[in-house]
Amino acid sequence: MGGCLEAMKPEVVLSQTSFREAREYIKKNVREYYEVEPGYKIFDVHIIGVAPLYVGVEGEHLIFPYTKPCHGTFVVKVPGGDEIARLRKRK
Amino acid sequence: MTENDEKTALILLGCPQVPVQTSVALYLAYGLKQRGVRPVVAGTAAARKLMEVADPGRYYLDEVTDLDDMIDEITGGERDFDLCFVFIHNDSGVAYAGTMAYISKARLYALIFGEHAEELAGEIEFPCEIVAAKAVHNPMPLKRRLNEVMQWAAVSKR
Repeated sequence: MGGCLEAMKPEVVLSQTSFREAREYIKKNVREYYEVEPGYKIFDVHIIGVAPLYVGVEGEHLIFPYTKPCHGTFVVKVPGGDEIARLRKRK
Repeated sequence: MTENDEKTALILLGCPQVPVQTSVALYLAYGLKQRGVRPVVAGTAAARKLMEVADPGRYYLDEVTDLDDMIDEITGGERDFDLCFVFIHNDSGVAYAGTMAYISKARLYALIFGEHAEELAGEIEFPCEIVAAKAVHNPMPLKRRLNEVMQWAAVSKR
């Protein structure tokens, strides 16, 4: 995991799933979500997968897919900070 | 495309859990070099170490770099390649290949292997050349498929 993201001690919402399942989870369970392009960077990690890829906002938190080469895709929840405003601006 | 108009190829390695990956990646690097294409390997720490330990004299390898750093450089517009070969044996591999299809202008090759090669090949829904073989321990089925595409990959124009 990226050092910066790891230091934020993310809550793991979904574990070792596929990027498609992560996409569906965010679409179905997070009211506010935004489509981002593959490679979009949040903190020190890139969103990996095939479009469409979604990043959700829940209160002060971001919910997004995080893909590890050996362990599949995780859906993680972390405090969003300035990344939330940057994401909303893309609309 | 990147340095001095020399043709370059990115070899993107994911989890090295399936034995054929290291062997075929070294073979691919060798084949590309033979055809005048400079191979650049990007992968996880373990995948890189397997390659570097297998080629201590650097006969086959050239530049070897971290997977995330490479994605950073490509998305940042700092570099790109003429060809990109993504090794795939799991869902994460498909995800990385899909990302490369989006962020890079390279001609993309999805090298799919492992126990579930056929199913994974069926999940590819982005533009690329699929090179698939059910190969886990024996690299020959994937090597044969790779030989078929490598010949024209080296001479083709984007």
